Amino acid sequence: MTLLRVAHLKASYGASQALFDVSLDLSAGEVVALMGRNGMGKSTTIKCICRMMPSEGQLVFSGHDLHQLPSHRVARLGIGLVPEGRRCFTNLSVAENLLAAARPGDWTQRNIEDLFPRLGERFDQQAASLSGGEQQMLAIGRALMTNPRLLILDEATEGLAPLIRSEIWEAIRRLKEQSDMAILLIDKSLYELSQIADRAVILERGATVWSDQISSLTPEISERFLGV
Amino acid sequence: MISERYLNALVLLAFLAIPVWAILADEPFTITLATRAAILALAAVGLNIALGIGGLVSLGHAVFFGIGGYAMGILAFHAQTYTPLELGGLSLAGTKSMPVVWVVAMITSALAALGIGVLSLRTTGVYFIMITLAFGQMFFYFAISWSAYGGEDGLSIYVRNEFPGINTLVPIQFFGVCFVILCIALYLNARLAASPFGLALNASRQVPARVEAVGLNPTRIKLLAFVISGALTGLAGALFADLNRFVSPTMFSWQLSGELIVLVILGGVGRLMGPVVGAALFVVLEHWLGGLTEFWHIFLGAILLVIVLFARGGVVGLLTGKEGAHV
Repeated sequence: MTLLRVAHLKASYGASQALFDVSLDLSAGEVVALMGRNGMGKSTTIKCICRMMPSEGQLVFSGHDLHQLPSHRVARLGIGLVPEGRRCFTNLSVAENLLAAARPGDWTQRNIEDLFPRLGERFDQQAASLSGGEQQMLAIGRALMTNPRLLILDEATEGLAPLIRSEIWEAIRRLKEQSDMAILLIDKSLYELSQIADRAVILERGATVWSDQISSLTPEISERFLGV
Repeated sequence: MISERYLNALVLLAFLAIPVWAILADEPFTITLATRAAILALAAVGLNIALGIGGLVSLGHAVFFGIGGYAMGILAFHAQTYTPLELGGLSLAGTKSMPVVWVVAMITSALAALGIGVLSLRTTGVYFIMITLAFGQMFFYFAISWSAYGGEDGLSIYVRNEFPGINTLVPIQFFGVCFVILCIALYLNARLAASPFGLALNASRQVPARVEAVGLNPTRIKLLAFVISGALTGLAGALFADLNRFVSPTMFSWQLSGELIVLVILGGVGRLMGPVVGAALFVVLEHWLGGLTEFWHIFLGAILLVIVLFARGGVVGLLTGKEGAHV
């Protein structure tokens, strides 16, 4: 059953149109990679889904028209966002960051500690003093504490050391295996995405140009739309 | 440097010790000063919830202080003149009961904060400051024109309100009442700051968009904080009016709003005990420097400059070695 349906999505930054025709579907338990070169509209699509900017077209999550809802109501419906650039609440501690976002459900501080043991050792530490990788883990943990049905990760491993990147990919892999949460991933690592994602959607100049099983992604398509 | 928890305990003990010393030294006026400091601290604790945790720079908090004061003044006025209070067809008796006055003061202040907050929180930054200032001026001029309750001359209350089992006319007993209320407010403030609501309020101050992304409405959170803040400041206003047995439009003045902000900055914005230290320091300076010159505010300004430039965590931050405001 489709959890999120995005169809013919259009959005603009002032007079400059960024999205022309973005469409994608996501079902419960499915992992979808949203791909495309820089500036093709991936993060803008995420912002539209989370109602952080106005858009036109169809945006339906679990039967609810997202266009009718403000950003915080969208999050309460069950869309958890890990935004680009981590963005933790820097003057709160790790535990306080998690507590501030907590809503009833399966995800607790204990689960987050299990998922990211490195973070568990720093629960009392101020978020500002964490390393970039730990802040990223905290951003994921904070999104999970909202007990989402759809987790959106926007460039979750960008700019991180290889060891930390592999820890985060491992955590995402565990999330896929151990829950029926849908995951929408944006990342530049084609190799990692091909290992985890079920399907891929490729954007080119603000429009969906390719959507299929990620195993169907041929080198020709990658080169044409992703430049790799 | 001293740990903040230790410093907090020390401040409360000192607050309690000074009136005890005043009794032994037969200095009743010092008890009145300590009471004034406790009440101003209570008002600043209220402001600190909005300003320190929520980042809402309100230049109209005197509105709630004044409403609390007038709630006390009006109820006591009708009690002492044995005239009913006519309110929209209802005829109510006045009262001299402190607990009743406090409840009325808190409810009316909270309602005013709700109304002001709903409109003011549509804006941020300098516009928020200006809107709250404008509300303050509206209430100030309304009080001046309210001739039924003294207009510009204010309203005198001849006898202090009553509290069961306590002779509130005895300075140390009235101080005790104010001090206990201050301690309760501090306890609630600490609990609130550490609660999910307080943490979300703190986060809303930093980046509202991120708070929305976790399913919380930052405007609603700030509004609730503003209402709680207003209610506490209103309670302080009622006690202040009881201390002076007098209410006047100056309780609504923007200067008073500014002074409340100064108290918080002096002590430490966002610090639990910042408002208490700030109020104590303010009252000491007011009494000591005010005895030397009527232009004592010049020296207060200089001290404030030093604090803002060199000790951004206020006196509490300076003593604990922590600049960042985090409750």
